[in-house]
Amino acid sequence: MEAIPYEHGLILAALLFVCGLVGVLTRRNIVFVLLSLEIMLNACGLAFVVGSARWGHAEGQAMFMMILTLAAAEVAVGLGLIIQMYKRFQTVDISVLNEMKG
Amino acid sequence: MAEWLGLLPAFPLAGFLALVLTGGRLPRRSAGIVGVGSVAISFLLALVIAGDYLTGPPEPVTITLWTWMSAGEFAPGISFYLDGLSVVMILIITGVGFLIHLYSTGFMAGDPGFARFFSYMNLFVASMLILVLADNLVLLYLGWEGVGLCSYLLIGFWYDNPANGAAARKAFVVTRVGDTSMAIGLFLLFAELGTLDIQQLLAAAGGQWEIGSGVAVAAAALLLGGAVGKSAQLPLQTWLPDAMAGPTPISALIHAATMVTAGVYLIARTHVLFELAPSVQLLVAIIGLLTLLLAGFTALMQRDIKRILAYSTISQIGYMFLALGVGAWSAAVFHLMTHAFFKALLFLAAGTVILSLHHEHDIFRMGGMRKRLPLAYWSFLIGSAALTALPFTSGFYSKDEILLAALAQPDYGVLLWSGGVLGAFLTAVYSFRLVFVAFFGPMHFRQETEDAHHGPVREIAGISMALPLVVLALLSLVGGFIPVPVEAVFASATQYEEAHPSMLLHGIMIAIPIVGVVLSWLLYGERAHEAGSLRQRMTTLPGAGFLQRLWFNGWYMDALYNALLVRPFVAIARLNRHDLVDQGVTFSSFMAQVGNRLLVLTQTGNLRWYGVSMVAGLVVVLAIGAWI
Repeated sequence: MEAIPYEHGLILAALLFVCGLVGVLTRRNIVFVLLSLEIMLNACGLAFVVGSARWGHAEGQAMFMMILTLAAAEVAVGLGLIIQMYKRFQTVDISVLNEMKG
Repeated sequence: MAEWLGLLPAFPLAGFLALVLTGGRLPRRSAGIVGVGSVAISFLLALVIAGDYLTGPPEPVTITLWTWMSAGEFAPGISFYLDGLSVVMILIITGVGFLIHLYSTGFMAGDPGFARFFSYMNLFVASMLILVLADNLVLLYLGWEGVGLCSYLLIGFWYDNPANGAAARKAFVVTRVGDTSMAIGLFLLFAELGTLDIQQLLAAAGGQWEIGSGVAVAAAALLLGGAVGKSAQLPLQTWLPDAMAGPTPISALIHAATMVTAGVYLIARTHVLFELAPSVQLLVAIIGLLTLLLAGFTALMQRDIKRILAYSTISQIGYMFLALGVGAWSAAVFHLMTHAFFKALLFLAAGTVILSLHHEHDIFRMGGMRKRLPLAYWSFLIGSAALTALPFTSGFYSKDEILLAALAQPDYGVLLWSGGVLGAFLTAVYSFRLVFVAFFGPMHFRQETEDAHHGPVREIAGISMALPLVVLALLSLVGGFIPVPVEAVFASATQYEEAHPSMLLHGIMIAIPIVGVVLSWLLYGERAHEAGSLRQRMTTLPGAGFLQRLWFNGWYMDALYNALLVRPFVAIARLNRHDLVDQGVTFSSFMAQVGNRLLVLTQTGNLRWYGVSMVAGLVVVLAIGAWI
């Protein structure tokens, strides 16, 4: 089986990362910001996996497992916060929440 | 007994601490007991120590309590030195001080600052005792500054009135000029002789320095500067008349027992230095002579009862300086003692008058108080007689000694003597002017309002106020017979050959004060207001008005200093209101504030903005990393 060249994998990871970053920076809906963060995390994970495949090391795989776990935990906390936020402010628009200004 | 020397200043100091730490919460009665009692114990102790010293061999005693500070060779101790001079001084300070304290319990009875008053008074006495007992000049300087501080606190005691605060500041600043000169003198002495222990220092100076050598002249002149400031002599005399702003017992304490006598004491204590610098010693005599004459003329025209007494103090201290200047050390100390008696008497009597007349100070608004205030009248009569040096009063003997010593001065003897005699004449005129105007003649005191507001004038003098007056009056009369045991202290001093003046000179010295009193009666007595009297004729003389104004304003010395020093200083201060040095500090704080405002702008509270700035930062860091 022809192996996928690792450059392709890295380019894909970079594209995913930029997609996520743009999402974080531009979206106003906090749910989508969280979603974009997940994309960024997975882009990182992809880069680890590609790296481990290229050099034949298992650490990259292990690191991906850890990122997955972290992301799961983060989503749990993040979604909980979003629910609290919605309860308190009746909105999911983060640009409204700028009380810490100055 | 001499081992107890350290307790002498300790009691008033403890009294001060007790009164200060209780912060005026002590009941009036116990505050009075603490305030007066501490000085009374000190006085008893001083009596015991003095009796012990005088009956024993006349050896000076040094007691070292502990080393104050130690820096290389410089290790002044808290150590006290007792000799004949200190014995006289501690007896005057604690004795007269005790009487004044006792009097104050009556005088200040209604004052809200009763405890505060006594705490300052106690500290005053403690400082003065430290000053006269110190065995090194550093400890002496501690007492010296302590007296300065207490005089400031007490002159401004009634601080509600801004004028009193100004008088206190004036006293503090003017004496500070002298103190600075004295401090420089101490530095010079230490640099040259390597010690500030008075006895070692005097011995070393006598051994190392030639008579009239430059360093001796400089050291003596610098110490003289300090003495002039503290003793209110020319040209630093302007603070004393204003110091009358304080309560009257303070004036008595400052003028009689403490403070102004410190300068006389300093010169007497370091007399060896002054003998090594004959030119400075002559300067002391000249300063004394000029001061006693200028102050005498000024006192002639004052209207405020306390200002008359203040100028008379300046004048009498002038006599002491004259005596110091002609080498009559013991005569100076003798006059210091008799002056303490009669000046305390006069001030306390003036306090009685002022209190009885509801704080009236102007003698021309009193008049005829002889029958209303008999105790004050007799006190004033006796005090003025002693001040005038009428025969057989205490002042007669001390002033006589000074004048004879002045006459014996080899170069300028006759000049100094005639100046002193003229001063004695002035003294007679102004002191009896006060007596005649205030106590004789018709009554001027607010006759129309008297009954309506305060009831008739009656003498306010309880036992606590009457007793000191009586004791001081007795001392003023017979104080001239108290021997001053200071011969041993000045044994090494060069004595001028004693003058043996003719009967004529003696006659003049006795007659002059009496002539002065008679003239005073003619000018200010009961019949002085009639047409054709001497007073009427004198006030119409050409130039009389000018002299009156000149003397009333104290030769315009205050105005002169205002124009020469105060106003330029204030002008410079105004120019530099925004302190140049301050600008640098202000600038840095201003820049910090600007930076703060700029950084605040970045904190928008907008999450996406933070994200953008993080990414931008990341890009910059990566770019730098790639470029390197």
